[in-house]
Amino acid sequence: MLSESITRNSLLLALFAVCTTLLISGTYLLTKDRISEQKRIAEEKALLEIVPRNRHDNSMLDDIIIVGPEAAGLGLAENRRIYIARSGEDVVAAIIPVTAPDGYTDNIELIVGVNADGSIAGVRTLSHKETPGLGDKVDARKSDWIFSFNGRSLENPELPGWAVKKDKGVFDQFTGATITPRAVVAATLRALQYAQANSKSLFAGGAAPPAKGEN
Amino acid sequence: MSEVSYRELSLNGLWKNNPAIVQLLGLCPLLAVTASVVNAIGLAVATAMVLVCSNISVSLIRNIVSDAIRLPAFVMIIASAVTCIELLMQAYTYELYEILGIFLPLITTNCVILGRADGFASRNSVAPAAYDGFIMGAGFGVVLVLLGALRELLGTGALFANMDLLFGVDAATWKITVIDDYPNFLLAILPPGAFIFTGLIIAGKNLVDAQIKRRQDALKARPVKGAKRVRVTGNIS
Repeated sequence: MLSESITRNSLLLALFAVCTTLLISGTYLLTKDRISEQKRIAEEKALLEIVPRNRHDNSMLDDIIIVGPEAAGLGLAENRRIYIARSGEDVVAAIIPVTAPDGYTDNIELIVGVNADGSIAGVRTLSHKETPGLGDKVDARKSDWIFSFNGRSLENPELPGWAVKKDKGVFDQFTGATITPRAVVAATLRALQYAQANSKSLFAGGAAPPAKGEN
Repeated sequence: MSEVSYRELSLNGLWKNNPAIVQLLGLCPLLAVTASVVNAIGLAVATAMVLVCSNISVSLIRNIVSDAIRLPAFVMIIASAVTCIELLMQAYTYELYEILGIFLPLITTNCVILGRADGFASRNSVAPAAYDGFIMGAGFGVVLVLLGALRELLGTGALFANMDLLFGVDAATWKITVIDDYPNFLLAILPPGAFIFTGLIIAGKNLVDAQIKRRQDALKARPVKGAKRVRVTGNIS
């Protein structure tokens, strides 16, 4: 009968839903720890690229300050972490997260390492969806453009120079892509300005502050 | 269909019924990720893995599921296979997972997979279904890699760049710069380039097919001629 076959089919589908959900849950539980470990390794790798081991002796992943959307200029959508690199008690550098909302597609998430003297230790993209082959050259894995920030500061170049060459600045744009590098340059500048404005809380020496909250 | 010729299956997957250039299925990832060889290999491996998994599962349940709920059940299987593989890749090949990004979950919507599940796996036993998944994945992968190589070569003048993302640190040296000081040819890297090169590959395949057909026709034509001559001489027994 019709109602019979409907009942049978619905039950069968429900059974499938249960089975596939179980399968996914099982895989998730099996891989969960490894995935979070991989993420942590990837994160630490990015941090270590900016501030290498020989410049600091603390665990940056555990020496953090939480910043939220209210932080002026960083443009964060949610709470993120500023990582502090220390050598002994002195702060060597702070690695500041910043979001560039004006990329070609979607937000570009960056981290900017700022040395205690205000110069840039390094910039890396954490995630972006820029056009493959064009805008994605901001990714350190695809091109070494991002290294052109190393050593720059608010005085080098002076403010008008903080732009791509097309806008009369000092930074190269890519062939065929101006919007992405323009967004990254602007975001890096904002991170530097944030570091300057908050230099007291970021670069104050002394014992590591207790980690604020779990995030 | 109890008798399945594996030779026929291979020929179908790799050439006669190639998912990418004959069935023209799964064009979205095909066109989007083939800007370089390394991306192409990554997606090819992931797609082939999903194809094998979904074909096996669909073949296992082919006698339980009625026609009415066939498609939702298949889609559920495919989606869960993709999710599991995504999780596994995230756990064991994190870098590759990062590169493929959105195209990994999008494998779910690749019509090759539903097409093979419905068209082949639901009517055959497990072993041929698994083999069909593998060979269709290989056929798709060959086109992906070919397209990736063509576009990378013409777009950047080099081949096999960034292979270390897939094969570990040692592979960083695999990059071959074919043409020094190559001015990047943007069209090849951008999506229009993908369309044009896919078209050229299809044209190339048609050309070879036409050549084969002409040769076969020529072979067929000969015995007919011979038969005529026999009649002319009147030697009909």
